[in-house]
Amino acid sequence: MHGFANPARFLRLARSLTMPLLMAGLVITGASLVWGLLGAPAEKLQGDSVRILFVHVPAAWLGMGGWTAIAVASLTELVWRHPLAGIGARAIALPGAVFSALCLITGSLWGRPAWGTWWVWDGRLTSMLVLLFLYLAYLALADAANRDGAGQSRIPAIFGLVGAANIPIIHYSVLWWNSLHQPPSISMGKSAMAPEFLWGLLAATLGFSLLFGAVVLMRMRAILADQQAEARLRRRAMEAADA
Amino acid sequence: MREGLDHWQFVYAAYAVGVIGTLLLISQSWAAMRRAEARRERSRES
Repeated sequence: MHGFANPARFLRLARSLTMPLLMAGLVITGASLVWGLLGAPAEKLQGDSVRILFVHVPAAWLGMGGWTAIAVASLTELVWRHPLAGIGARAIALPGAVFSALCLITGSLWGRPAWGTWWVWDGRLTSMLVLLFLYLAYLALADAANRDGAGQSRIPAIFGLVGAANIPIIHYSVLWWNSLHQPPSISMGKSAMAPEFLWGLLAATLGFSLLFGAVVLMRMRAILADQQAEARLRRRAMEAADA
Repeated sequence: MREGLDHWQFVYAAYAVGVIGTLLLISQSWAAMRRAEARRERSRES
């Protein structure tokens, strides 16, 4: 893991991966969404609104997966002082927030025809909304820590770890409390979903995940380039002051 | 009582929100990366 602690080595890898991840993500996501709109059949009970599945579930997966990755990066930063872990966590925060928001909006658009309401304050929807607020708070904290200097990055890392407590709450909320939201259709090695939905959903999730990975690499490259430019300008200013 | 809602309107809206949101995120991240890398190059040259 510490092999990639060297930013130059990481940047070489990131440059070679960004475009392939982006292109593969665009092709797979595009194909799976076309399948969701035109190829997948209407469902017996939910009718055509079931097609929202192909956008909603990948967004939910990436919203939750994003925070799980922030928690892992935060732990790596706090325990092993890995120099890229904090940068990785910061790079994940905005795409995680965007996909959490997309999950809530598309869920609401699905809820209206399926449940007869845009929103209910039940465990699943409320804990997902809490996740969006956690992302927004993390973005504000990371921005403040960045302005105050690198030593303050422990605060967002601790927040990233504490906020991970919400992830199992989101996952198990539909089992712990009464909810309009259905329980999980896919668990380890089992699926209650018909194959024509399952394979399309897996492809959409893979496509959106590749796009998420490309966006995280772009944002890490941007943070590293900003840091390198700042360091160079500071060094030059100090040399000018000494002369 | 079941409402006679047209499900396709909701499907199109969800797909539009998902696609536009994802494309905006990609464009903003790409632009931020290019801007930061150009700034680094300028700091190297000056």
